[in-house]
Amino acid sequence: MKHIEWVIEVSGLTKTFGDFTAVDAISFKVQKGEIFGFLGANGAGKTTAMKMLIGISVPTSGAARVAGYDVFTESEKVKKHIGYMSQRFALYDDLTVKENIAFFGGIYGLGKDRIQKKSKQLIEELGMESEANSLVRSLPLGWKQKLAFSVALLHDPKVVFLDEPTGGVDPITRRQFWEMIYKAAHLGTTVFVTTHYMDEAEYCDRVSMMVNGAIEALDAPHRLKEKFGVESMNEVFLKLARA
Amino acid sequence: MKAFLGFVKKEFYHIFRDRRSLIILFGMPIVQILLFGFAITNEINQVKIAILDRSKDATTQEIIHRISNSPYFTVTQLIEKESDITAVFKKGMVKAVIQFEPHFDEKLLREHRASVQIVTDATDPNTANTISNYITAILKDYQRDLNQNVTNFSTITPQIRLAYNPEIKSVFMFVPGVMTVILMLVSAMMTSISLTREKEMGTMEVLLVSPLKPYQVIVGKVIPYILLSLINATVIILLSIFVFGMPVKGSFMLLGAESLLFIITALSLGILISTVAKTQQTAMMISLMGLMLPVIILSGFIFPISSMPVILQVLSNLLPAKWFIIIIKGIMLKGVGIGSLWKESLILLGMTLFFIFLSVRNYQTRLES
Repeated sequence: MKHIEWVIEVSGLTKTFGDFTAVDAISFKVQKGEIFGFLGANGAGKTTAMKMLIGISVPTSGAARVAGYDVFTESEKVKKHIGYMSQRFALYDDLTVKENIAFFGGIYGLGKDRIQKKSKQLIEELGMESEANSLVRSLPLGWKQKLAFSVALLHDPKVVFLDEPTGGVDPITRRQFWEMIYKAAHLGTTVFVTTHYMDEAEYCDRVSMMVNGAIEALDAPHRLKEKFGVESMNEVFLKLARA
Repeated sequence: MKAFLGFVKKEFYHIFRDRRSLIILFGMPIVQILLFGFAITNEINQVKIAILDRSKDATTQEIIHRISNSPYFTVTQLIEKESDITAVFKKGMVKAVIQFEPHFDEKLLREHRASVQIVTDATDPNTANTISNYITAILKDYQRDLNQNVTNFSTITPQIRLAYNPEIKSVFMFVPGVMTVILMLVSAMMTSISLTREKEMGTMEVLLVSPLKPYQVIVGKVIPYILLSLINATVIILLSIFVFGMPVKGSFMLLGAESLLFIITALSLGILISTVAKTQQTAMMISLMGLMLPVIILSGFIFPISSMPVILQVLSNLLPAKWFIIIIKGIMLKGVGIGSLWKESLILLGMTLFFIFLSVRNYQTRLES
């Protein structure tokens, strides 16, 4: 049997702010190439949990390894091997498509040649040849989203974190975006995605459901539906949230 | 290092693609210095005055001649009766009226005493004051010439020398002030805005997740503003030398080094502001209200600190601008070296370290939450 490569290993991860426990001893593992859905209502603690995994928030207790490195002691190495796309598709509005690619490639330490090659390839894949030298400001939201995702993958990270990546875009663009996610996962990149669209949860290999800081359910979507005896992920979520 | 240079380059794109920041960066310094240099001034020049000469003798003629020959005054009206004084003031045609009493010459000869009345329009008190001082000076001058041949007179003649600014040019006072205001504005306001902009856009988060260390992000954002502020300081100094004839008696090197120190002080204030402000608007308001106004009012730029109420004098010590103004005045006008300015320089340095310390602390608490 093939050895399983765990890209994210979390055990007992906790974050408290004073008396309030935002993340309550969560544990889970994600393997290489998996699309892992991190679900929960707003305020359930998913953003806080993700911030600890990407190294911009220090956990109160517990342990976590991301891309093979400890988030407590090796956060610098973690940062090199992960990609991140924020819910605002943060790119620089007043820089062109090419300049954005060059800038983000640069801060991940990619060489000039590699940036140029990647940039050309990426622009071709996105079909943005005629927009390569336009300011990002002038692009439609869906394009910004795809560009931001590609930029997050620029340095070939082992795992990419997507924070509500489909907010505010139309269903067709969302569908296209999920195709990009599948492609990245197929090429071996682990995808860790938070969302509150329950239909998107169906596209994930496995999902975790967070309620009040704790993970209440974690399995493949079809198994969860079986377990709760319902037809859709939305119903699974409602059952859990009301319990 | 390469990543870092790319960062600086990106920052320059931001600056040069935003017309508003370009205007603040380069238009404002030049406009301000010219405005303060030419328009706002305590000096008087060709002030219109009226004369009421009720004696009309050789002495009064001589005095009038001296007054109208000076570059400060033009005699535009000769009036005949006392009631006309109010009339000319009401019409706003003159700023001052000089009245000689009847039999001026005779009285001066026989009684050694004759009176001149100077009436000034004190709706503008500063100008009124300056006018009466200048006219008094001309009269005293005449009196001295008159008494030259008389030997048995014992008089005390004060020899006044206005050191460092003999012609009392107000430009000498404004240039250091304007330079301080501009460096403060460009460095503190622009950096605080550009840092909060990254927060607002969400790009700050992306940068923090990247392998760049937080201090690299801050330094990378700040370096372009150091360069631009240095250019601004140079432009202001050159303008003040070649347009306003301001001297630089001390060393240019020291002036440059002290300017750099002050720029860094202002930048660290900008960083501090960005750690508390959530939006660009807030950052701008804090910079304008919290920095600009105190700098203009309390730093000694326009109003002398020594004539402020004690509490404000104490408060003014907290302003980096106050110390920088002392430093540039010292270098440009007095020509003193670091030997006399080390105390002020140390204060600026201490303030800078304090602001950086506070920023780092704020930054960490923010990261934690």
